[in-house]
Amino acid sequence: MQTTKSHPKSLFPVSTHYCAGCGHGIVHRMIAETFDELGIQDRTIGVAPVGCSVLMYNYIDVDTIEAAHGRAPATATGLKRVRPDCIVFTYQGDGDLASIGTAEIIHAANRGENFTTVFINNAIYGMTGGQMAPTTLIGQKTETSPYGRKSENEGYPLRACEMLATLEAPYYIERVSVATPAKIRKAKKAIFKAFKYQVEGRGFTFVEVVSTCPTNWGMSPTDAMKWSEEYMEKAFPLGVFRDRGAEKDKTETGADK
Amino acid sequence: MKQLMTGNDAMAEAAIQAGCRYYFGYPITPQNEFTAYMARHMPQVGGTFIQSESEIAAINMVMGASAAGGRAMTSSSSPGISLKQEGISYIAGDQLPAVILNVVRGGPGLGNIAPAQCDYFQATRGGGHGDYRCIVLAPSTVQEGTELIQDAFDLAEKYRNPVLILSDGRMGQMMEPVEFKPRPKVETPPKDYILTGKKGRERRIIRSLFLKEPELEAWNKIIQEKLMKIEENEIRYETKMVEDADLILIAYGTCARNSKEALRTLREKGRKVGVFRPITLWPFPYYALSEVVRGARAALVVEMSAGQMVEDVYLAVKGTRPIFFYGRMGGIVPSATEIVQQSEKIFTEKM
Amino acid sequence: MPPNDKPYIEIVADRCKGCELCVSVCPKDCIELDTGAVNVKGVNPAKYVGGCVGCGSCVQVCPDVCIELYKEEKAKKSA
Repeated sequence: MQTTKSHPKSLFPVSTHYCAGCGHGIVHRMIAETFDELGIQDRTIGVAPVGCSVLMYNYIDVDTIEAAHGRAPATATGLKRVRPDCIVFTYQGDGDLASIGTAEIIHAANRGENFTTVFINNAIYGMTGGQMAPTTLIGQKTETSPYGRKSENEGYPLRACEMLATLEAPYYIERVSVATPAKIRKAKKAIFKAFKYQVEGRGFTFVEVVSTCPTNWGMSPTDAMKWSEEYMEKAFPLGVFRDRGAEKDKTETGADK
Repeated sequence: MKQLMTGNDAMAEAAIQAGCRYYFGYPITPQNEFTAYMARHMPQVGGTFIQSESEIAAINMVMGASAAGGRAMTSSSSPGISLKQEGISYIAGDQLPAVILNVVRGGPGLGNIAPAQCDYFQATRGGGHGDYRCIVLAPSTVQEGTELIQDAFDLAEKYRNPVLILSDGRMGQMMEPVEFKPRPKVETPPKDYILTGKKGRERRIIRSLFLKEPELEAWNKIIQEKLMKIEENEIRYETKMVEDADLILIAYGTCARNSKEALRTLREKGRKVGVFRPITLWPFPYYALSEVVRGARAALVVEMSAGQMVEDVYLAVKGTRPIFFYGRMGGIVPSATEIVQQSEKIFTEKM
Repeated sequence: MPPNDKPYIEIVADRCKGCELCVSVCPKDCIELDTGAVNVKGVNPAKYVGGCVGCGSCVQVCPDVCIELYKEEKAKKSA
């Protein structure tokens, strides 16, 4: 009898500060597994965001720096330019990446900086207590959209993958979800691919994970997963928005000709 | 060999010669020559130049580069430095080295692009949120600018603290003969905090977040003790003919140049005047200044501002001598003639 | 752990927050909250009640990474 799924070496076997059912833990696990599988834990530098996951270094066992709110891609740029042989990643939430840090992510992506961004989109500010995010859905009630988000006043949910896919430089952009075990398996593949591309020095890689915030959504974890599948994934369609690696393979093998 | 260079160009060259290999900046007048010099020369020395998307991004790139162990800097002018304050606070909170050049221009707001000293408060009081200080160096000649920017990298690494160079629009644009002297290698402490991946050692975390109050207080105490060491060891100032002076002219940077010129005129007239020029604006030479002013009868503070450094002079002198102030705003530099007139007024009316 | 040739899971009860995601995804209803126990977090932790088929869904979904799955490794095709 063998363990087929054991605790990742790059993840401390500790209890997290995240609420019950929070998607961060799932994504942390997938990232840590990726480090183990690629054998890169010892040369990886994480850039923690401002938000619930600022404490990700309590769980993911790699060198880490905290960035100012939204600035992780700029900080990662500096790190990677000095240490091109290190694997650098930012882990950012929707307020961090899609609101206060919009400029930083777009320009790091546009420069094709050779690092990986894992973007957790759960359509709400978690740490500050449930305020509206740029990705909050139309009609979704939050502390700062108590009557539901209205497009006339607050605009529409901001789609980071689609926006970044208008740029030439990014090498890989995919949106995944953690709503079901099957989707989580797919998400893991995307995260693995993003880091693998970075190891190969291909350029900027970006994985958006549609996640949940049961606490601030006011739902049970199980209902949050259902809601995410039903509503979040409609507003944020899953899929590959850019995969230069796959394009290259096709060209090389003539598979698409 | 001396060569004629603008302050911006010369200081950029000096930074490269001091081993700066990572520069991140955003265009703003009157410091653009500095950025352009870096753009031209960084590739030649295998360094990195990035024109960032904003001042905010630039300072955060400096933070990342510094965290990875690189000698990194950014430059800007007043409005851009305001934007950098967030990052400077994080760098101070993380205890990382960084060098920031402020070629000060007229403010507030958009102000103008003429030389000014109106960022003194911002520079010397920390500038951003939280209890911290930047080491602030204020050159008054292009030659001194090149030397101070080189010292800035060593000081930043010695104390793991941001160092700010306070230049101004005139210093940046004017041309002066400058000589890049060979510099003795300065020993800086080993960088045992930088992020390289945890291979072969305990993993490292660079942070300024300490959620438990006693932990944050302890971290603050470490920073404060370090700042006290800087105050003990790094104060720099220059005096000129203060020994027998009745009136001490107190000025830094561009204003100190004109004050020295005024001194010559006043001495020729038989007025016993001296000049005290702080070189480190933080740590401010409180004690030395107080000793010098006590040896005289009064002091005149000259600034390109509404009166900012004058507050530090009050703190130094503690009411023991009358302190007068003469300042111009809007990017106007107080001329030597004006300083002479102001001094004469003090001699004839106040003493 | 008992020697067993059938798949089974182990749950680190003290890390469990009782979110029930594992319960909701298990196709064989072999996990439930242990209403008779309270862990260090003060919640009823998930408990394995038997019948695991080794699909690994619970492991995938557990945000607290507190489920270990034991089952025979399938021989690789190439092996």
